[in-house]
Amino acid sequence: MFGYIIQGLMWTVMITVASFLLGSIFGIAVAGARVSSSRIVRICARIWVDVIRSVPPLVWLFLVYFGLAELGIRLTSLVAAILTFSVIASAYLGEIYRGGLAAIGRGQIEAAQSLGLGRVDLFVRIVAPQVFRTVSPSMVTYGIGLMKDSALASTIGVVELTFRANQVAQNTGEGLSAFLIVGLIYLAFSVPLGIWARHSDARASQKYQVG
Amino acid sequence: MDLGTWFGYVAELLPGLVNAVKLTGISLGLGLPLALVLALLIDNRLRVVRWITIGFVEIGRGLPLLVLLYIFYQGLPQVNIVPSALASATWAFTWSAAAYATEIIRSSIRSVPRGQTEAGNSLGLNERDRFRYIILPQASRIAIPPLMGLSIIMFQLTSLAYVITYSEVMQAAYFLGTTTFNYLPVFLAAAAVYAGVTIPASALVTTMEKRLSKHL
Repeated sequence: MFGYIIQGLMWTVMITVASFLLGSIFGIAVAGARVSSSRIVRICARIWVDVIRSVPPLVWLFLVYFGLAELGIRLTSLVAAILTFSVIASAYLGEIYRGGLAAIGRGQIEAAQSLGLGRVDLFVRIVAPQVFRTVSPSMVTYGIGLMKDSALASTIGVVELTFRANQVAQNTGEGLSAFLIVGLIYLAFSVPLGIWARHSDARASQKYQVG
Repeated sequence: MDLGTWFGYVAELLPGLVNAVKLTGISLGLGLPLALVLALLIDNRLRVVRWITIGFVEIGRGLPLLVLLYIFYQGLPQVNIVPSALASATWAFTWSAAAYATEIIRSSIRSVPRGQTEAGNSLGLNERDRFRYIILPQASRIAIPPLMGLSIIMFQLTSLAYVITYSEVMQAAYFLGTTTFNYLPVFLAAAAVYAGVTIPASALVTTMEKRLSKHL
């Protein structure tokens, strides 16, 4: 049973990592649009983020998998899951970036501009490293959440951890053993990462505390 | 596909919405008092109590809620306990809500400035009165907006209860989808039902947040 279930870890990790990477890249665009100098872009980005967050992930997953198929766009369940979670992640990570962006002192940007740095250098050398440092604990926390969300992919048939445990439960009746195994695998990831995120969050806020 | 049909779909999902709200209410009604107890126990002097509390909270936060639901609904029958869909959903959602709320309440208690405890001390209040009259009122002010945020998340999560055949919005939507084959409009109707509750509720949280932080 364990051997069968553990094979699902590869799928769980694949969905999580792919959605996290795509989400963190698209998230930059979302954060950029949220602080854009154009009012229309800002409003559109705000609506986009609010709409994504106000509908449960399961509904988005079904819209992408079953809904798009109706329009003739047939995605495999794995692609549908990664697409759905990337888009959702881009909204949440975009908001996390925006929070980090707000935490950078305006003086940093003015100082860089007075040194004659171009827009690209300003972003790559001044803004991005500082934002990344402040937001990395929140990003890790979000990544853990994403791994837990990836369990939803079982509902559209991706053969990840939860799907396999469910199959074992239905075929053998040994549901408790199956789900305890799967539960321990999830905890093996979420508990250590959670401890790290909280620890480094505390350390970061200590380091930058004034006075 | 006209607009009238679409609103017909929305209407068919409303009984599910009632059940979703019911499940949210039950899990918060049981979960929040439990969380207050857990938040107080998590710093207990007895190591055993502390560990059990931390274990309960970490499992509630670390497991996907879907897995928690399945443990009760698909797992317990292995040991000859066969809970109904409502019972399984209640246990899993209460566990999850309590675990997240514990962290919120604990950090709210911690963020009450130390000077408040000291002031209570110098007024000669004992530990219990200090907590009841000084710490708790201020901590609840801090905790209310994030707890409301948690309530909204719990409401959204009720969509998961569809996997154990609890008749909430997604259960109704899935059934409508498979009978009409109009998956796209049906799931859009479901999205509208959730957003119709979540967007006003989030706006309310933002207002509350501003109002409650006015004096801090």
